[in-house]
Amino acid sequence: MYGRKVKLRFLFVVVILITLVLSVFLVLKSLEENVVYFQSPSEINTSSELDKKKIRVGGMVKKDSISITANEIKFIITDFKNEINVTYTGAVPNLFEEEKGVVAEGFLKDRNYFSATKILAKHDENYMPPEVKAAMGEK
Amino acid sequence: MLYSVIGYYSLILGLCFSLILIFFSVRNFKNSKLLDTKILSFTFLQFFFVVISFLSLVLSFIFSDFSNETVFNNSHTTKPLFYKIAGTWGNHEGSLLLWLFVLTLFILIFLLRSKNQPTKYKILTLVFQQIIIIGFFVFLLKTSNPFNFLFPAPEEGLGLNPILQDPALAIHPPILYLGYVGSSIIFSSSLAATSLNLITKSWATHIKKWVLISWIFLTLGILLGSIWAYYELGWGGFWFWDPVENVSLMPWLALTTLLHCILVLEKKLILTSWVIILSISTFTLSMCGTFLVRSGILNSVHTFANDPERGLFILIFLFSLIFLSLFIFFFFHKTNKDTSASFFWLSKETSIIINNWFMMYFLSVVLIGTVYPIFLDVLSSQKISVGAPFYHKLIIPFLIPFLLMMAIGPKLKWIKSNLEDKIYLIILLAISILLSFLIVKNFDTNFLLNTILISSALYLFLITLRDFFIRKNNNISQNIAHFGFSLLIVSILFNNLFSTEIITNLKVGETFKSENTKIVFEGLNQRKEKNYQSIIGNFSIQNSKGKIENMLPELRIYNQPNIVTSEADIKTTLISDKFIVINLVQSKDYFNIRYQVKPFMIWIWFSVVLISFGGLISFIKKKV
Repeated sequence: MYGRKVKLRFLFVVVILITLVLSVFLVLKSLEENVVYFQSPSEINTSSELDKKKIRVGGMVKKDSISITANEIKFIITDFKNEINVTYTGAVPNLFEEEKGVVAEGFLKDRNYFSATKILAKHDENYMPPEVKAAMGEK
Repeated sequence: MLYSVIGYYSLILGLCFSLILIFFSVRNFKNSKLLDTKILSFTFLQFFFVVISFLSLVLSFIFSDFSNETVFNNSHTTKPLFYKIAGTWGNHEGSLLLWLFVLTLFILIFLLRSKNQPTKYKILTLVFQQIIIIGFFVFLLKTSNPFNFLFPAPEEGLGLNPILQDPALAIHPPILYLGYVGSSIIFSSSLAATSLNLITKSWATHIKKWVLISWIFLTLGILLGSIWAYYELGWGGFWFWDPVENVSLMPWLALTTLLHCILVLEKKLILTSWVIILSISTFTLSMCGTFLVRSGILNSVHTFANDPERGLFILIFLFSLIFLSLFIFFFFHKTNKDTSASFFWLSKETSIIINNWFMMYFLSVVLIGTVYPIFLDVLSSQKISVGAPFYHKLIIPFLIPFLLMMAIGPKLKWIKSNLEDKIYLIILLAISILLSFLIVKNFDTNFLLNTILISSALYLFLITLRDFFIRKNNNISQNIAHFGFSLLIVSILFNNLFSTEIITNLKVGETFKSENTKIVFEGLNQRKEKNYQSIIGNFSIQNSKGKIENMLPELRIYNQPNIVTSEADIKTTLISDKFIVINLVQSKDYFNIRYQVKPFMIWIWFSVVLISFGGLISFIKKKV
């Protein structure tokens, strides 16, 4: 039938195909599980169902809304239409300030309460995260 | 003012030389005997003008010439001289000029260093390189001219983003770009060699030097960026799977794969098409990196405000380069049929090929994680982000076979071999499993996975360590690099497993107490520097053994632009780093405090230095 070389090459191609399919499958599956969606306070307010998974919320930190105790920081994220209360335990970035853009990652408790696990840093005072910009643009 | 004019016209002259060079090369390609000296002098002149242009931008920065828009946007008179100079490439326009500078420098060195290569090959490489150079010239002049005038000239500049005012980040871009741009030579040269059907063992030996040099710089460049992120961002880590970090990792993965394939090609003249594809993709990924970072498309916490319209140009340029290279690859590349025959499954080349697969897999994971959010945003305007769990989940399980292959692979011989000294291999494996079992036992983490992971990393560690002492025919550079890699993985694993963190908010005078640690916020000191004011927190930290350490994290309030940055205080020992960073929240009395104990941090840095040192030795040593 076929020579040894052809068989070997055939085997090679099959192995490559299998690994390819397998890795595509793995990647897609874990993308599905580990992707974090971004929502604005308005989207959360109007959504029919609350997201159980980890999400990101972005907008402005409302004026005079930051309050801080020994183990908790509370503040309000607003997109000037709707707002959401955030409680957070953890480190804050340098540019976390009232009336500045912010992105918080964490879990929704209900429509008005968000428990953040991470607050994202920015490097530039002129820079506004694109999501926040988009969320603000809708006002 | 004067510098801007000189700089601008030097750029145009440099572009002219590109066109002249291409014109001459194409016209005299057939009878290329006379061309050598002429081409060399033109290339030198081009390099000279780019240097002039670059220097005039540097001088504009040094003398704070605010009639230059780039200087105005990124500098300030109160900035220290060092950061005035570093500010030259701390911005979009300047960093592109730096790209161009390195591009012309490298092609000049290439021509000088490859005297004994065929002339046609040299000329063709030059032509491809000039195509890239022209692209950058046009990009620079059309969309991001570093020499735009401002009239009337402002009194004072806007200042450089303070987090960039840091020694590690000042030299990070040039080092990284040396790596990126080095891959352009590999790209041009492999295209030239393909068109002339010159992919031979001697070509492999010749291009290996370039692969090594860009690999060394890329490795060091990534290291510098990582060190900077560790102490300046105050996130208490060294790698965050942030898109901007990922785009530098991707060319590194491709380049590392290429390095190994070149070695196979040099010995055996197989994998030729694979080498070409890798050369093309390394450079493409480097370009992509620049494109993604500079166009503002990436949704990254590292992103700096910039102009998305520039992205379109790079994108078009990038696609025409890819198209050109694929065209050449498919139409000119001929595979040598007779050489692919002698393959045996248990040989060095098989193990290299298998590890290539893993590298390509890691590369695709990083690539997908980085670009998928962009595509989804374009297609459905849904905003998502892909974080560390995605990468960890997909990469960590495959690290185990990867490490094992890396341990056993170099023990094999070319073509056909039996494993030598099997007993040692098995004994070492048993030792590493036992060791990691003992280490992981005391911690209630994911037991099985961690044991296997640490075993395989330790296995590689022990094997490479042993190789330093026993092998006669020692490939010392490979040994050092692989040893460094195993040290890196071992340190990262221990670092991840055994790091501890305390985050709390404290007022001055308050004390935080946990089981093992007592943190006392003793007081605040203030200091005034030339361009910032600093607030220094005074902490005394007592660990479980009762040893008290004083730590002084700092907050810097820069005056122009008005930004607060945190300077972490880090106490480094051979075993672990103690890391503390503070932050003031909205001028309330509370300070946000993050305190971490991170084991083996210094070994992570050291191992990466070792890895590139391995490359350096291979670069220096004469052919064995």
